Amino acid sequence: MFRIYCPYCGELREEEEFHPKGPAHLARPADPDNCTDEQWGDFLYFRDNPRGLHNELWVHALGCRKFFNVTRDTQTYLIKGSYRLGESPDQARTSGDQA
Amino acid sequence: MSELQTDTRVSIMNQMPEAGVTARSALYFSQAATQPVFGPGQAQVFLWEDALRGQLVIRGDAGNTDFAKGVSSALDLALPGQLSSSVSATMALLWIAPDEWLLLCDLEQAFAIETRLRDALTGHYAVINVSGGQTQIRLAGSAAASVLQKSMPYAVSDAHFPVGKVVTTALSKTQATVRRIDSTDWELTVRRSFADYAWRWLTDASREYGLHLGQPEHNEN
Repeated sequence: MFRIYCPYCGELREEEEFHPKGPAHLARPADPDNCTDEQWGDFLYFRDNPRGLHNELWVHALGCRKFFNVTRDTQTYLIKGSYRLGESPDQARTSGDQA
Repeated sequence: MSELQTDTRVSIMNQMPEAGVTARSALYFSQAATQPVFGPGQAQVFLWEDALRGQLVIRGDAGNTDFAKGVSSALDLALPGQLSSSVSATMALLWIAPDEWLLLCDLEQAFAIETRLRDALTGHYAVINVSGGQTQIRLAGSAAASVLQKSMPYAVSDAHFPVGKVVTTALSKTQATVRRIDSTDWELTVRRSFADYAWRWLTDASREYGLHLGQPEHNEN
Protein backbone atom coordinates (compact mmCIF):
# COMPACT_ATOMS: atom_id res chain seq x y z
CA MET A 1 0.00 0.00 0.00
CA PHE A 2 1.21 3.51 -0.74
CA ARG A 3 -0.44 6.88 -0.44
CA ILE A 4 -1.30 9.27 -3.24
CA TYR A 5 -2.00 12.97 -2.86
CA CYS A 6 -5.36 14.08 -4.30
CA PRO A 7 -5.06 17.76 -5.33
CA TYR A 8 -8.85 18.15 -5.12
CA CYS A 9 -9.32 16.66 -1.62
CA GLY A 10 -6.03 18.22 -0.48
CA GLU A 11 -4.99 15.06 1.36
CA LEU A 12 -2.84 11.97 1.05
CA ARG A 13 -5.14 9.00 0.58
CA GLU A 14 -4.63 5.26 0.31
CA GLU A 15 -3.86 3.83 -3.11
CA GLU A 16 -7.00 1.67 -2.73
CA GLU A 17 -9.15 4.76 -3.45
CA PHE A 18 -7.50 5.46 -6.83
CA HIS A 19 -7.37 3.96 -10.30
CA PRO A 20 -4.60 4.58 -12.85
CA LYS A 21 -5.85 5.70 -16.25
CA GLY A 22 -2.74 5.58 -18.41
CA PRO A 23 -0.24 8.19 -19.57
CA ALA A 24 -1.07 11.88 -19.17
CA HIS A 25 -0.88 14.65 -21.77
CA LEU A 26 -1.80 12.48 -24.78
CA ALA A 27 -2.17 14.85 -27.70
CA ARG A 28 -5.17 14.03 -29.90
CA PRO A 29 -4.50 14.79 -33.59
CA ALA A 30 -5.89 18.27 -34.17
CA ASP A 31 -7.66 17.29 -37.38
CA PRO A 32 -8.62 13.59 -37.14
CA ASP A 33 -10.32 13.57 -40.57
CA ASN A 34 -7.09 14.52 -42.31
CA CYS A 35 -4.38 12.75 -40.29
CA THR A 36 -2.73 9.55 -41.46
CA ASP A 37 -3.78 6.10 -40.20
CA GLU A 38 -0.39 5.83 -38.55
CA GLN A 39 -0.88 9.07 -36.58
CA TRP A 40 -4.37 8.01 -35.51
CA GLY A 41 -3.20 4.52 -34.62
CA ASP A 42 -0.37 5.95 -32.53
CA PHE A 43 -2.84 8.13 -30.63
CA LEU A 44 -5.31 5.31 -30.04
CA TYR A 45 -3.13 2.29 -29.34
CA PHE A 46 0.57 2.95 -28.89
CA ARG A 47 1.97 4.03 -25.53
CA ASP A 48 5.47 4.84 -24.31
CA ASN A 49 6.91 2.67 -21.57
CA PRO A 50 9.55 4.99 -20.11
CA ARG A 51 12.16 4.08 -17.54
CA GLY A 52 12.21 6.83 -14.90
CA LEU A 53 9.83 9.72 -14.36
CA HIS A 54 6.44 9.27 -16.00
CA ASN A 55 3.37 11.56 -15.95
CA GLU A 56 0.20 9.53 -15.52
CA LEU A 57 -3.51 10.17 -15.34
CA TRP A 58 -5.21 8.88 -12.18
CA VAL A 59 -8.76 9.10 -10.89
CA HIS A 60 -9.83 9.37 -7.24
CA ALA A 61 -12.45 6.71 -7.93
CA LEU A 62 -13.66 6.08 -4.37
CA GLY A 63 -13.27 9.70 -3.22
CA CYS A 64 -14.13 12.89 -5.08
CA ARG A 65 -14.13 11.10 -8.48
CA LYS A 66 -11.87 13.75 -10.04
CA PHE A 67 -9.12 13.05 -12.57
CA PHE A 68 -5.65 14.42 -11.94
CA ASN A 69 -2.05 13.75 -12.98
CA VAL A 70 0.67 11.98 -11.03
CA THR A 71 4.42 12.11 -11.66
CA ARG A 72 5.81 8.71 -10.77
CA ASP A 73 9.17 7.01 -11.15
CA THR A 74 8.63 3.71 -12.96
CA GLN A 75 11.89 2.30 -11.62
CA THR A 76 11.51 3.05 -7.91
CA TYR A 77 7.69 3.52 -7.79
CA LEU A 78 8.41 6.80 -5.99
CA ILE A 79 5.56 9.26 -6.48
CA LYS A 80 7.00 12.74 -6.90
CA GLY A 81 3.64 14.47 -6.61
CA SER A 82 0.21 15.17 -8.08
CA TYR A 83 -1.12 18.10 -10.07
CA ARG A 84 -4.53 19.09 -11.38
CA LEU A 85 -5.57 18.84 -15.01
CA GLY A 86 -4.47 21.98 -16.78
CA GLU A 87 -1.38 22.37 -14.60
CA SER A 88 2.16 21.45 -15.66
CA PRO A 89 4.27 18.60 -14.20
CA ASP A 90 6.58 21.06 -12.42
CA GLN A 91 3.60 21.96 -10.20
CA ALA A 92 3.47 18.37 -8.86
CA ARG A 93 3.06 18.43 -5.08
CA THR A 94 2.22 16.20 -2.13
CA SER A 95 0.58 18.83 0.11
CA GLY A 96 -0.82 22.33 0.11
CA ASP A 97 -4.30 22.34 -1.45
CA GLN A 98 -6.25 23.03 1.75
CA ALA A 99 -9.09 25.44 1.09
CA MET B 1 -26.96 34.43 -26.37
CA SER B 2 -29.45 32.04 -27.86
CA GLU B 3 -32.43 30.78 -25.93
CA LEU B 4 -30.81 27.35 -25.70
CA GLN B 5 -27.93 28.70 -23.62
CA THR B 6 -29.95 30.80 -21.20
CA ASP B 7 -32.94 28.56 -20.65
CA THR B 8 -32.11 26.30 -17.72
CA ARG B 9 -35.62 25.07 -17.07
CA VAL B 10 -36.05 21.33 -16.80
CA SER B 11 -39.17 19.38 -16.04
CA ILE B 12 -39.10 18.27 -12.44
CA MET B 13 -41.66 16.27 -10.51
CA ASN B 14 -42.48 15.63 -6.92
CA GLN B 15 -41.27 12.07 -6.39
CA MET B 16 -43.23 11.62 -3.17
CA PRO B 17 -46.03 9.12 -3.69
CA GLU B 18 -49.56 9.95 -2.56
CA ALA B 19 -50.53 9.24 1.02
CA GLY B 20 -51.37 5.61 1.72
CA VAL B 21 -48.40 4.12 -0.14
CA THR B 22 -46.12 2.18 2.22
CA ALA B 23 -42.54 3.42 1.94
CA ARG B 24 -39.82 0.87 2.65
CA SER B 25 -36.28 1.99 3.13
CA ALA B 26 -33.22 0.44 1.47
CA LEU B 27 -32.50 -1.59 4.64
CA TYR B 28 -36.06 -2.59 5.53
CA PHE B 29 -35.47 -6.30 4.99
CA SER B 30 -31.80 -6.32 6.06
CA GLN B 31 -32.70 -4.84 9.44
CA ALA B 32 -35.47 -7.34 9.99
CA ALA B 33 -32.98 -10.18 9.45
CA THR B 34 -30.35 -8.86 11.92
CA GLN B 35 -30.18 -9.95 15.53
CA PRO B 36 -28.82 -7.62 18.24
CA VAL B 37 -26.02 -9.05 20.38
CA PHE B 38 -26.46 -7.05 23.58
CA GLY B 39 -29.12 -4.78 25.02
CA PRO B 40 -28.48 -1.04 25.05
CA GLY B 41 -26.97 -1.23 28.57
CA GLN B 42 -23.93 -3.32 27.58
CA ALA B 43 -23.49 -2.45 23.94
CA GLN B 44 -20.57 -0.34 22.76
CA VAL B 45 -21.88 0.03 19.21
CA PHE B 46 -25.29 1.33 18.19
CA LEU B 47 -26.32 0.82 14.61
CA TRP B 48 -29.46 2.05 12.91
CA GLU B 49 -30.70 3.32 9.59
CA ASP B 50 -31.57 6.98 9.31
CA ALA B 51 -34.24 5.88 6.85
CA LEU B 52 -36.02 7.75 4.09
CA ARG B 53 -34.23 11.06 4.19
CA GLY B 54 -34.59 13.58 1.39
CA GLN B 55 -31.33 13.76 -0.58
CA LEU B 56 -30.41 16.26 -3.26
CA VAL B 57 -27.17 16.39 -5.21
CA ILE B 58 -26.22 19.99 -6.00
CA ARG B 59 -23.56 20.64 -8.63
CA GLY B 60 -22.05 23.92 -9.72
CA ASP B 61 -18.95 26.08 -9.63
CA ALA B 62 -18.01 27.04 -6.06
CA GLY B 63 -15.94 29.92 -7.43
CA ASN B 64 -19.05 31.44 -9.02
CA THR B 65 -20.39 33.87 -6.39
CA ASP B 66 -23.91 33.78 -7.88
CA PHE B 67 -24.01 30.01 -7.40
CA ALA B 68 -22.60 30.10 -3.86
CA LYS B 69 -24.95 32.91 -2.84
CA GLY B 70 -27.94 31.24 -4.51
CA VAL B 71 -27.39 27.99 -2.63
CA SER B 72 -26.87 29.70 0.72
CA SER B 73 -29.90 31.97 0.29
CA ALA B 74 -32.17 29.05 -0.73
CA LEU B 75 -30.99 26.78 2.09
CA ASP B 76 -29.86 29.27 4.72
CA LEU B 77 -26.64 27.22 4.85
CA ALA B 78 -23.18 28.23 3.71
CA LEU B 79 -21.66 26.16 0.91
CA PRO B 80 -19.09 24.01 2.75
CA GLY B 81 -15.50 23.84 1.51
CA GLN B 82 -13.17 20.85 1.04
CA LEU B 83 -14.06 17.81 3.23
CA SER B 84 -16.49 19.72 5.46
CA SER B 85 -20.21 20.16 6.12
CA SER B 86 -22.76 22.83 7.06
CA VAL B 87 -25.55 21.83 9.39
CA SER B 88 -28.85 23.43 10.44
CA ALA B 89 -31.71 22.08 12.57
CA THR B 90 -33.33 20.19 9.68
CA MET B 91 -30.64 19.99 6.99
CA ALA B 92 -27.03 19.03 6.40
CA LEU B 93 -24.98 20.06 3.37
CA LEU B 94 -21.99 17.78 2.68
CA TRP B 95 -19.00 18.49 0.44
CA ILE B 96 -18.53 15.59 -2.00
CA ALA B 97 -16.20 17.04 -4.66
CA PRO B 98 -15.01 20.55 -5.67
CA ASP B 99 -18.18 20.98 -7.75
CA GLU B 100 -20.58 18.64 -5.94
CA TRP B 101 -22.52 18.72 -2.66
CA LEU B 102 -25.08 16.43 -1.04
CA LEU B 103 -28.01 17.97 0.80
CA LEU B 104 -29.75 15.85 3.43
CA CYS B 105 -33.21 17.11 4.38
CA ASP B 106 -36.72 16.02 5.28
CA LEU B 107 -38.13 13.72 2.57
CA GLU B 108 -41.43 15.63 2.57
CA GLN B 109 -39.50 18.88 2.07
CA ALA B 110 -37.21 17.66 -0.75
CA PHE B 111 -39.41 18.84 -3.61
CA ALA B 112 -40.03 22.26 -2.03
CA ILE B 113 -36.29 22.70 -1.41
CA GLU B 114 -35.43 21.60 -4.96
CA THR B 115 -37.92 24.17 -6.31
CA ARG B 116 -36.43 26.83 -4.05
CA LEU B 117 -32.92 26.01 -5.27
CA ARG B 118 -33.99 26.16 -8.92
CA ASP B 119 -35.62 29.54 -8.30
CA ALA B 120 -32.44 30.87 -6.66
CA LEU B 121 -29.88 29.47 -9.15
CA THR B 122 -29.14 30.51 -12.71
CA GLY B 123 -26.66 29.45 -15.38
CA HIS B 124 -24.69 26.22 -15.33
CA TYR B 125 -25.75 24.10 -12.35
CA ALA B 126 -27.59 20.88 -11.51
CA VAL B 127 -29.95 19.78 -8.75
CA ILE B 128 -30.86 16.09 -8.69
CA ASN B 129 -33.12 14.27 -6.27
CA VAL B 130 -31.29 11.06 -5.31
CA SER B 131 -33.43 10.20 -2.26
CA GLY B 132 -34.18 6.72 -3.59
CA GLY B 133 -30.60 6.00 -4.66
CA GLN B 134 -28.77 5.93 -1.36
CA THR B 135 -29.40 5.67 2.35
CA GLN B 136 -27.84 6.77 5.63
CA ILE B 137 -26.51 4.28 8.17
CA ARG B 138 -25.80 5.70 11.61
CA LEU B 139 -23.10 4.29 13.83
CA ALA B 140 -22.69 5.48 17.42
CA GLY B 141 -21.23 4.37 20.71
CA SER B 142 -17.83 4.20 22.40
CA ALA B 143 -16.50 1.56 19.96
CA ALA B 144 -17.96 3.10 16.79
CA ALA B 145 -14.59 4.53 15.74
CA SER B 146 -12.96 1.09 16.16
CA VAL B 147 -15.58 -0.47 13.89
CA LEU B 148 -14.95 2.21 11.26
CA GLN B 149 -11.19 1.93 11.58
CA LYS B 150 -11.18 -1.73 10.67
CA SER B 151 -13.58 -1.10 7.78
CA MET B 152 -11.90 1.89 6.13
CA PRO B 153 -8.36 2.83 5.04
CA TYR B 154 -8.93 6.40 6.29
CA ALA B 155 -7.72 7.23 9.81
CA VAL B 156 -10.59 8.22 12.13
CA SER B 157 -8.56 9.72 14.97
CA ASP B 158 -9.86 12.96 16.51
CA ALA B 159 -7.03 14.98 14.95
CA HIS B 160 -7.41 13.51 11.47
CA PHE B 161 -11.20 13.25 11.42
CA PRO B 162 -12.69 16.04 13.59
CA VAL B 163 -16.43 16.52 14.16
CA GLY B 164 -18.09 17.96 11.05
CA LYS B 165 -15.59 16.50 8.57
CA VAL B 166 -16.91 14.60 5.55
CA VAL B 167 -14.78 12.01 3.77
CA THR B 168 -15.76 9.77 0.87
CA THR B 169 -13.64 6.65 0.99
CA ALA B 170 -13.64 2.89 0.75
CA LEU B 171 -15.80 1.00 3.24
CA SER B 172 -14.67 -2.61 2.96
CA LYS B 173 -15.24 -3.40 -0.73
CA THR B 174 -17.70 -0.57 -1.36
CA GLN B 175 -17.76 3.20 -1.03
CA ALA B 176 -19.25 5.39 1.70
CA THR B 177 -19.47 9.09 2.45
CA VAL B 178 -18.62 9.29 6.13
CA ARG B 179 -19.59 12.30 8.25
CA ARG B 180 -18.62 12.72 11.88
CA ILE B 181 -21.70 14.20 13.55
CA ASP B 182 -20.35 14.07 17.10
CA SER B 183 -17.34 12.54 18.83
CA THR B 184 -19.00 9.09 18.99
CA ASP B 185 -21.70 9.57 16.35
CA TRP B 186 -21.09 8.80 12.66
CA GLU B 187 -23.22 8.91 9.54
CA LEU B 188 -22.45 6.76 6.49
CA THR B 189 -24.09 7.46 3.16
CA VAL B 190 -24.07 4.32 1.02
CA ARG B 191 -25.59 3.50 -2.33
CA ARG B 192 -28.88 1.63 -2.18
CA SER B 193 -27.52 -1.33 -4.12
CA PHE B 194 -24.64 -1.68 -1.62
CA ALA B 195 -26.68 -0.84 1.49
CA ASP B 196 -27.32 -4.48 2.41
CA TYR B 197 -23.63 -5.34 1.98
CA ALA B 198 -22.54 -2.36 4.12
CA TRP B 199 -25.13 -3.22 6.76
CA ARG B 200 -24.02 -6.85 6.98
CA TRP B 201 -20.38 -5.81 7.09
CA LEU B 202 -21.00 -3.32 9.89
CA THR B 203 -23.14 -5.66 11.97
CA ASP B 204 -20.49 -8.36 11.65
CA ALA B 205 -17.66 -5.92 12.46
CA SER B 206 -19.58 -4.60 15.50
CA ARG B 207 -20.25 -7.96 17.13
CA GLU B 208 -17.01 -8.15 19.10
CA TYR B 209 -17.84 -4.86 20.82
CA GLY B 210 -21.46 -5.65 21.61
CA LEU B 211 -23.99 -4.45 19.09
CA HIS B 212 -27.34 -2.85 19.76
CA LEU B 213 -29.67 -2.20 16.83
CA GLY B 214 -31.19 1.21 17.35
CA GLN B 215 -30.25 4.56 18.77
CA PRO B 216 -28.59 5.00 22.17
CA GLU B 217 -31.19 5.94 24.78
CA HIS B 218 -29.72 9.35 25.50
CA ASN B 219 -29.65 10.29 21.83
CA GLU B 220 -31.85 13.28 21.12
CA ASN B 221 -32.00 12.90 17.34
